[in-house]
This record gives sequence, C-alpha cells and structure tokens, in this order.
Amino acid sequence: MNLTYNGEAIRIESAQSLQQIIVSKGAKPPFAVALNGQFVPSAKLSDTMPNQGDSIEVLSPIQGG
Amino acid sequence: MINPHSEQLNIYGEYFNSRLLIGSALYPSPQIMQQAIQSSGADIVTVSLRRQNSVSAGEDFWQLIKETGLKVLPNTAGCHSVQEVVTLAQMCREVFDTDWIKLELIGDEYNLQPDPFGLLEATDILLKEGFKVLPYCTDDLVLCQRLADLGCEVLMPWGAPIGTGKGLINTYNLKTIRERLPEQTLIVDAGLGLPSHACQALELGYDAVLLNSAVAGAGDPVKMAAAFSHAVEAGRMGYVAQAMPEKEVAAPSTPTMGMPFWHQN
Repeated sequence: MNLTYNGEAIRIESAQSLQQIIVSKGAKPPFAVALNGQFVPSAKLSDTMPNQGDSIEVLSPIQGG
Repeated sequence: MINPHSEQLNIYGEYFNSRLLIGSALYPSPQIMQQAIQSSGADIVTVSLRRQNSVSAGEDFWQLIKETGLKVLPNTAGCHSVQEVVTLAQMCREVFDTDWIKLELIGDEYNLQPDPFGLLEATDILLKEGFKVLPYCTDDLVLCQRLADLGCEVLMPWGAPIGTGKGLINTYNLKTIRERLPEQTLIVDAGLGLPSHACQALELGYDAVLLNSAVAGAGDPVKMAAAFSHAVEAGRMGYVAQAMPEKEVAAPSTPTMGMPFWHQN
C-alpha cells in the first residue's frame, strides 16, 4: 500500500493501523496526527486503518510567532 | 467593590500581569530565546506545530518552552484554508493541552494579510468546538464586530503586516475598534518594530501587544525584550492616567503672572 507520510512517499506491505505506522517511522512524542487533512485523536490511532493513497501528517511543537 | 483584576490582562477569564505576549521564533539560538522570553516579563508565549522531520520540531524545543513556565498560545501560522486551520487547531489542542488558539488564516502571500471571510467561518466552527479563539485579523471594524458577535472575547488586529516592523500604520482604524468594542480584550498583533510602537498601542487603550520579530530580530534580543516590557508598562500607565487633550494653539505652561518685562499693548 502506498501512503504519504509527512510529505514523503512510503510503502507498507500489510494493513497497519496509524499507531503501528507512526511507531515504525520512529515518531517521538509529543505529536498529533492528521489523516487526509482530518485530525485523528491519539485515542483513535490504534483503530484507524489508512487506505491506499492516504496522506498522514505527524506534527510536533516548533517555534511560533 | 473594587475588581481585583482591573489592572490585569483578561484573556477569556484568565488574568495576567504582563501585557506583552511574546513569540518563540527566529532567535539566534535556543538559549537567547529563553533569555529573551524571560527578559520580556511575558506571561504568555506563542508556539506552533510542524512536521516532525522538520528542523528543530519536537521534544527538545518543547522542553525549553516548558522550562519557561509560561502559558502557551499555539498558532495556526501558515494555513490558507478553513479546513487547514480547523485541523491544525485541533492538533494543537491535543499536543499543547490548551483550548486557546491564535487563529491565523492567510489570505494573501504578499503581505500575509489574514483572510477575513475564512477567519469568520473558522472562528465559528472552533468556538462551537469549545476553543477560546484569539483571531489574528486586519484592523477592519466590521470584521472585528462580526468576530465579537460570534463570541470572541479577544481580538488581535494587526499593527502592520507580519515581520515588517512598521508599527501602527492605521491608528484611526485601531482607535475606532477600541471605541466601538469597549468590552473586548484587544491585542495588537504583528508589525511592531520599536518599543515606542508597543507603547503607542497601549496608550490607545489596547490591552496588550503580541510580537516576535521585533525582539528576535534585534541586535540584542534580550535587551530589546526588556525594552518592550518597559514600553507596555509605560503605555498602559499613560492610558490609565488619561492624557491631556490635544490642542491646536500653544498655551504657556509657565505662569505669566508676575512676569518681568511683560509686554502690555
């Protein structure tokens, strides 16, 4: 399955939850996740299964004005 | 009965001593950022969210901010659509554990002018989701009125486009907003360059200023942060003290009675 993870094309061989994908990518907390531009609360990451072509965004704190 | 909070900054029922909100971006180093934030005396610091693989996003930065002990105000900087700001606000709420959001929705890339139409739509959605929205907006009276009508207790009109350092480019508009919205907490956000700009905003009756580039881009950010801290205090005190009325004709301040060599025509 082809996905986009933080703007980068990735491929996963079997169906995985958002939680599994994020762990496999080595994401470190704190972060929040969006799937196809929609926020996915952390409590739902394990239940959410991305589909072919989906886009995942994992965002963390940064400086802001 | 005297209101114990009458001389504090009110943001959605939370009270703060400092009338300066400071950004955390563009400093020469993380250490200077920390020192400047401390030197500013600010109680509130702005932050944002970006992809984890981007430069300096993550736990290290967040740890530095937590060490300041300040209240965090996340922003939605860089968003260009209602859907983007709503999603980013929801993500900010989870990461930063706050329902405050500095709502920033850009309508034009040239001057980073906020999109007033999308801003109203996004504000309505987020207020209904329980957010305490602090909208970054233009100095348009009717836009500010519509935002207040939706339920915004805090409005943040620009002084000038972000990062320009031009100061208050339309004091008439800012004064009018103050006159017409006496109950809202008004914060001049963006465009300030000098401490005198901040002082002027407070003298106009604005409740606070939010700035970043003016401090981070100064030759000595730590010293400039202190200068802005003094400026907002002076401006507020000047506003509370009620300035003398401006006159078109000179009036002597030194008594004329007993003046020697008095010219009597």
